Amino acid sequence: MAILVWIEMSDGQAVSNCWELLARAKELGGELGADAAALLIGSGTGEAAKQAFAYGADRVLVADAPTLEHFRLQPFAAVAEQAVERTAAIAFLANASIRGGVLAATVACRRSAGIAANATDLKVEEGRLVASRTIYSGNIHAEIQFESPLAVASVRPRSFPMPAPGDATGTVEDLNANPNENEVRQKITEFRAADAGEVSLTDAHIIVSGGRGVAEDPPKGFELVGELASTLGAALGASRAAVDAGYIPYKHQVGQTGKTVRPDLYIACGISGAIQHLAGMGNSKIIVAINRDPDAPIFQRAKYGIVDDLFKTVPALTAEFSKRLK
Amino acid sequence: MNIAVLVKQTPDTAELPKVTVAEAQSGELQATMVINPWDEFAVEEAIDLSDRFGCETIAVSMGREGETDALKHALAMGVDSAVHVDERVVDGGDEWATAEALAAAVKKVDTGEEVELVLAGKMSVDGNSSVIYAGVACKLGWDLLVNVTRIVDIVDGKLIAEQVFEGGQETVEVPLPVVISVAKEINEPRYPSFMGIRKASRASIPTLGRDDLEIRPSCTTRWTDLNKPEPEDVQVRIFDGASVEEKVNQLADALMAEKVI
Ligand SMILES: Cc1cc2nc3c(=O)[nH]c(=O)nc-3n(C[C@H](O)[C@H](O)[C@H](O)COP(=O)(O)OP(=O)(O)OC[C@H]3O[C@@H](n4cnc5c(N)ncnc54)[C@H](O)[C@@H]3O)c2cc1C
Ligand SMILES: Nc1ncnc2c1ncn2[C@@H]1O[C@H](COP(=O)(O)O)[C@@H](O)[C@H]1O
Repeated sequence: MAILVWIEMSDGQAVSNCWELLARAKELGGELGADAAALLIGSGTGEAAKQAFAYGADRVLVADAPTLEHFRLQPFAAVAEQAVERTAAIAFLANASIRGGVLAATVACRRSAGIAANATDLKVEEGRLVASRTIYSGNIHAEIQFESPLAVASVRPRSFPMPAPGDATGTVEDLNANPNENEVRQKITEFRAADAGEVSLTDAHIIVSGGRGVAEDPPKGFELVGELASTLGAALGASRAAVDAGYIPYKHQVGQTGKTVRPDLYIACGISGAIQHLAGMGNSKIIVAINRDPDAPIFQRAKYGIVDDLFKTVPALTAEFSKRLK
Repeated sequence: MNIAVLVKQTPDTAELPKVTVAEAQSGELQATMVINPWDEFAVEEAIDLSDRFGCETIAVSMGREGETDALKHALAMGVDSAVHVDERVVDGGDEWATAEALAAAVKKVDTGEEVELVLAGKMSVDGNSSVIYAGVACKLGWDLLVNVTRIVDIVDGKLIAEQVFEGGQETVEVPLPVVISVAKEINEPRYPSFMGIRKASRASIPTLGRDDLEIRPSCTTRWTDLNKPEPEDVQVRIFDGASVEEKVNQLADALMAEKVI
């Protein structure tokens, strides 16, 4: 019996927020008498498999083949189903990334299992797994109990603390998967990895975002916001107004129709705090607002604020932190 | 090849915070209901593709009795026809029941030319699951591409598309039939024209009910303890000072003390 956790691979490396999930699976498994099993699918998974043991996996299952180098739903879901069977899994967990979400959904649907999509918590109640999540864009919270033998969840990054790796080792179990390329319907003809070195919004501990408040000089505004972000090792976010105006690409958008984030610290610069923006960042631990207008709605959700021009405040903040973090 | 596009009728996003637990439980919402904003991209793409490849488009929506405004919006934008699926066919079932009903509806509507492409939005703003299209693909036994930012071509029974994920972007080729969820980058949804709105208001939208769709609704989860998370009543601390430096200094002190930096 096991709680099976899919460890997503990106550019040959394990996606680090999957370790949060594995550590949680270990705790839950302890309560339920189930192993925490890590599932690695890819080509060249050796290093990630070692890490999985170090992060506490009781079992590590591996499907390693050239045909599995890139994520393709059909072979990946088949391997995941095989692993569910092999470990007699009571739960299959994936991170709520684009791929994790679709893999979890497909495995759940194929096994007629219940799904908690975009879950934010997992716990054991009366000997059973229960998931928490929100609907209506964060406005209604619910607990999900599973009626099926297998429970499936995709879990938002940063729902659990990041564990520290230990020194455990182990022997991987090879699933001997080697799908015939001729039977895989999807063909990837071109692949471009995302910009390396950029802090991803969903994983970030700190996010600095800019909004329409930069309108007087958008390139300068986002340069200043970007400098604060890099000084703090933070990811760069934006409001939709800033994205729609073409100040910054869409991948930085936070909110209803952008990314949902929950960093420890969210610094909103020149963002009014519209409902649709709050839907994406309202659960951040600490919100700081820098806005010229003392009546901006963002101040109703912020813990700290400065009412002033961002073109003066943001560089001053960057200078201050550069000094303190030296 | 015909195209079906899945559209859901959802609350206006500005009114989502007003949704109460009782409304969420009963499904009887006071909020103004509109087409799910993500689905407008799917509708636009369906219309674009019909212009490019000369196929027919049909919008499919499951919802409460008479809930057809989202479909009318799709018609007004330019889809050729629309069909409503009465939510009672799933009998309070789960996501897979919804997916099965939508898949059955897709099969039902392909009169003449077969539907070989199903388009869906990225996520519903009320359900927030991003799973329904995965269920539809699974129930139809079709391939699935998600977060598609461009449909490059449809040629020789194959579809070529670009999709984006956290780690990058790829071009993928897949034989039809296929289910696709589209990303926001794919297009700019048009506003319905005056003519479109007139046409939509006169269109008849058939409903598929229990007699038309035979499905066995599954029920794999139980939702309990619905509640409204009250935003923590944080009283904002505004840092005052004679100069920006003074204000910034206090903020830096506070953030260092919080140990978040
Ligand atoms: C269906 C739908 C989906 C949406 N999805 C999203 C979404 O995903 N994300 C999102 O962000 N929005 C979304 N929106 C848009 C949202 O309603 C707001 O329009 C948007 O968030 C406003 O962005 P903003 O705060 O940057 O701009 P504004 O509301 O214009 O606010 C700018 C702020 O900057 C301040 N300011 C101006 N100049 C300065 C200065 N020099 N120094 C300091 N402060 C200054 C102003 O006081 C103001 O408060 C959506 C809307 C709809 C209808
Ligand atoms: N009741 C429904 N009727 C039609 N399409 C739906 C319905 N529910 C979900 N969809 C489609 O599936 C997508 C994802 O929805 P969800 O899984 O609820 O986030 C939506 O953007 C729609 O395209």
